[in-house]
Amino acid sequence: MASTAQDPSAPLLRGDKKEEDRDDETEFSPFFGIEKGLVLQEARIFNSPHIDARRCQQVITKLLYLLCQGETFSKKEASEVFFSVTKLFQNKDSNLRRMVYLVIKDVCPSADEVIIITSSLMKDMNSKTDLYRANAIRVLCSILDSQLLGQIERYLKQGIVDKSPVVSSAVLVSAVHLLEGNSEIVKRWTNEIQEAQHSTHSMVQFHAVALLHALRANDRLAVSKLVSDLIKSSVRSPLAQCLLVRYVAQVIAESTAAPTGETRPFYDFLESCLRHKAEMVIFEAARAICNMRNVTLRELLPAVTVLQLFLSSSKPVLRFAAVRNINKVAQTNPGAVVNCNLDMEALISDSNRSIATLAITTLLKTSTEGSVERLLKQMTSFMSDIPDEFKIVVVEAIRTLCLKFPQKYRALMNFLSNVLREDGGFDFKKAIVDSVLILIREIPEAKEPGLAHLCEFIEDCEFTYLSTQILHLLGLEGPKTKEPAKYIRYIYNRIILENATVRAAAVSSLAKYGALVPELRPRISILLQRALHDNDDEVRDRATLYLRELGGLNGSTPSQTDYIDLNWTLPNKNLETCLRQYLENGATQPFDLAVVPAAAAEKPRVDLATKGKGASTMANGPTPSSTKQEPAAADYTSQLRAIPQFAMYGELFKSCAAQQLTEEETEYSILCIKHIFDAHVVFQFDCTNTVQEQVLQDVNVIIDLAEAEEFEEEVLVPLARMAYGDVGQCWAAFSKPAGALTTGRFVNTLRSRVKEIDPSTGEEEEEGYEDDYQLEDLELAAADYIKAEAVSNFRNAWEAAEAESEMTDDYGLGVKDSLQDAVEAVIAILGLRACEGSDAVPPNARSHTVLLSGLLVGGVQVLVRMMFGIDMTRNVAMKLVVRSDCMETSEAIHYIIQNA
Amino acid sequence: MIDPTIPRVSSMLLLDAEGKRIAVKYYTPEWSTVPAQSTFEKSVFAKTSRTTAARGEVDITLFDEVVVVFKFIGDLMFYIVGTQDENELILSQVLTGFCEAISLLLRGAVEKKTVLENLDLVLLAMDEIIDGGLILETDSTTIASRVTMRGAENETPLAEQTLSQAFASAKEQIARSLLK
Repeated sequence: MASTAQDPSAPLLRGDKKEEDRDDETEFSPFFGIEKGLVLQEARIFNSPHIDARRCQQVITKLLYLLCQGETFSKKEASEVFFSVTKLFQNKDSNLRRMVYLVIKDVCPSADEVIIITSSLMKDMNSKTDLYRANAIRVLCSILDSQLLGQIERYLKQGIVDKSPVVSSAVLVSAVHLLEGNSEIVKRWTNEIQEAQHSTHSMVQFHAVALLHALRANDRLAVSKLVSDLIKSSVRSPLAQCLLVRYVAQVIAESTAAPTGETRPFYDFLESCLRHKAEMVIFEAARAICNMRNVTLRELLPAVTVLQLFLSSSKPVLRFAAVRNINKVAQTNPGAVVNCNLDMEALISDSNRSIATLAITTLLKTSTEGSVERLLKQMTSFMSDIPDEFKIVVVEAIRTLCLKFPQKYRALMNFLSNVLREDGGFDFKKAIVDSVLILIREIPEAKEPGLAHLCEFIEDCEFTYLSTQILHLLGLEGPKTKEPAKYIRYIYNRIILENATVRAAAVSSLAKYGALVPELRPRISILLQRALHDNDDEVRDRATLYLRELGGLNGSTPSQTDYIDLNWTLPNKNLETCLRQYLENGATQPFDLAVVPAAAAEKPRVDLATKGKGASTMANGPTPSSTKQEPAAADYTSQLRAIPQFAMYGELFKSCAAQQLTEEETEYSILCIKHIFDAHVVFQFDCTNTVQEQVLQDVNVIIDLAEAEEFEEEVLVPLARMAYGDVGQCWAAFSKPAGALTTGRFVNTLRSRVKEIDPSTGEEEEEGYEDDYQLEDLELAAADYIKAEAVSNFRNAWEAAEAESEMTDDYGLGVKDSLQDAVEAVIAILGLRACEGSDAVPPNARSHTVLLSGLLVGGVQVLVRMMFGIDMTRNVAMKLVVRSDCMETSEAIHYIIQNA
Repeated sequence: MIDPTIPRVSSMLLLDAEGKRIAVKYYTPEWSTVPAQSTFEKSVFAKTSRTTAARGEVDITLFDEVVVVFKFIGDLMFYIVGTQDENELILSQVLTGFCEAISLLLRGAVEKKTVLENLDLVLLAMDEIIDGGLILETDSTTIASRVTMRGAENETPLAEQTLSQAFASAKEQIARSLLK
């Protein structure tokens, strides 16, 4: 079976058959031992002059069975089957004919073969028999091209208003599929479709409404008109009514918010749908109301009331649908669903575990401080009989709750530790441990009980990853508690009982107690000494190191406890690069840790906390990507630090994205990265030689400053040697007025001494020659001096900024595909960070406001508020308001837009 | 792209009591390959087969961003799969139409053996319920009569049939009724 799962072309059949043989399961099946070759041979009876309809039907069924089991036919086989099947069109047997229609859709013929059957199908389209007409239309529409569509358009148009519902449904549904690519033709049938919309047959009405909307989906006015018409004309079909509810929800979403107190347009209609006789319509309407933007409590109430009724329905589907919606409402409007709590509590024991889990998580969201304990009691029995994935959801909900009601940490922490003791897979245990870690971090009082629970857990933990994580935490937090000694037993037990990885972690953890708690130091040293005879290298090494750092057994004061990695803030990546460089340079002198740049030692704790919160609030949106950019920036910092001339330039403000200065596939590839400092600009040129037969020496980029007059050249750092395939850097640095947004254009030439390499001997020629190579120009724009930087509260920052620095202007942006495109383009030009998620334009919005913030070189804060509007012809206009510390800066921002 | 407001079915499955496929239809590119389908069927089966709901009742679950409504009859498992945003009650109505139509077509003998013997009817029923992911019909009686081509008279009236033809068709009808 495993092999079949990997081979995309292998059918499921083979594996099943083997299994059947093995199980000796001789259950009767008409398809037992079926083989493709034999069936294909059998299919030849389609060609025989005396057709046995029943037999042919059986063979077709066998073919379909094979297809259904994942068997594939080669092109030749498929076309053979197809050709012989077409012969059966002559047959009068209606059941056989129905099978022929079916098999043709599955044995999809290639375009040039379709022609064989089109005439037969067109004949059937005019048959007196409704079912022939309907089926022929469906088959034809699934295989035709637009040229053929033109030919049969007339019949399809007629078909829409056919008396027989099966025919009109067939055309309407096929038309929905045809819309893609043929919308112009389908549009011509609007009159007929409108007639079908009033059909007495509910499915025809449903299909007609769906098609009408699909035809107008891009035209807001037309959709509004359709909605008003449909509301007036009273739709009978429940499915069509569901569609109407969806359209209304769309119209509401697109309309501008009504002033508070006024009822939204169409809200009354949605509310009336809550009293519809079909449950699916009631639910669709309730769902639409719950999903309305900025929905008020008053608007929600009727919807929540019907959902509440559903909660006690006997049908699991209804209960599920209702509880899922209430759960969603609880995320934004917990107050609105509090009334459902009693019904929800009853659902905790629901036999459908999905429903029970949704009920629990909803209750956890809406529960008040007083009801937490009661709820937890009910959950304990529940937790033991649900699958892990549901347990994880519950654990996450508990964590959120605990952060909401910190006073209840004791009960919630106890609950977590109880479930921690239960059986469960890694993901489940990890979710609990992560939650406990977050709680320990966020709620100071919870620290000691939390650590105690974790200590207990590692006594019997089968997951190395979790054990090491907990041991690390014990090392960090344990020594700071009132009684550090009580953790030592738990940690030392690990050294005796666990695998090497955990033992090593335990040694490190113990050492931290020794370093931070002087009273414990002699005892720790004794314990560590026992680890000296461990049979694992890493454990022995760590024990030896820490023993030495702790001053050995004689109890002398330790010299540098720092090295017991307490303050290890150096990023591993930086250390790795430095060590590599050190080795490349021959490793002649002892390695000095001080050369490792400590920048980008971002506080991971803060990061973890936000991550925890993000997960707990169930916000799926991307977290700010600032951390993503760090590694790259850190990389540049370390490269810049390697060059002493740049040391006095101060803190790096920003590194721009790399820019290619050569065309692809030329002799050299030069990438330029602009580094912005307060009063300097450094160009980093990453040079690659792509010609094997030459080597470049003394590589410099010579820069002409004719169009960048305010800059002054400071230093050029050449690249000594550029061999084939290597990436090396040369640098150029310029000074500029401090803090100013100095712009300019730089004309660059690559100057070097080229030496040819003799391909036969591999030797370089002695002399070489000077060579100049023209590179593309570089431009330093104002946007290069802007760093995207989020503010925590835009409104506060906005009001705090100088109102006098405010500058407003209007811009026309021309025709854009959508508002979102316009917004993204402007943000890219300005290089600012969007605040409060305002860079995402709601679908179909006609206007939108974007809030941006950032830092200008010199640390000046800039705040921008942009109002976008789009009209029917997709023309986009923008109003830009800037605030910063002074008029000049604001002007500079406008200047960027004007020049873009 | 099909108008997103139209209710859609992502797939329609009929599995046996061990989770092996009897008849399946997929309507989204997501499951275009056989291994992808097989993995999906395995996880659907694993998630639903141990349900404690009364057999014969439409049940529901949500996983991996799909909503699955399902019903077990005898040794058969009927599934309708939709996206997580789909109205669960619409999917449930499709499932009910599916199960009831099969029951009508098999005259109540809804079990693996009869389904395999009448696989043609089952495949046709699936074809009459969903067309390329769009709901074509959910009324079981209508579906069943369309599958059996009721109303589509053989174009040769009985009187004009030769004796041997009439005999053959009579024999066939007897054989059919015996099989059921």
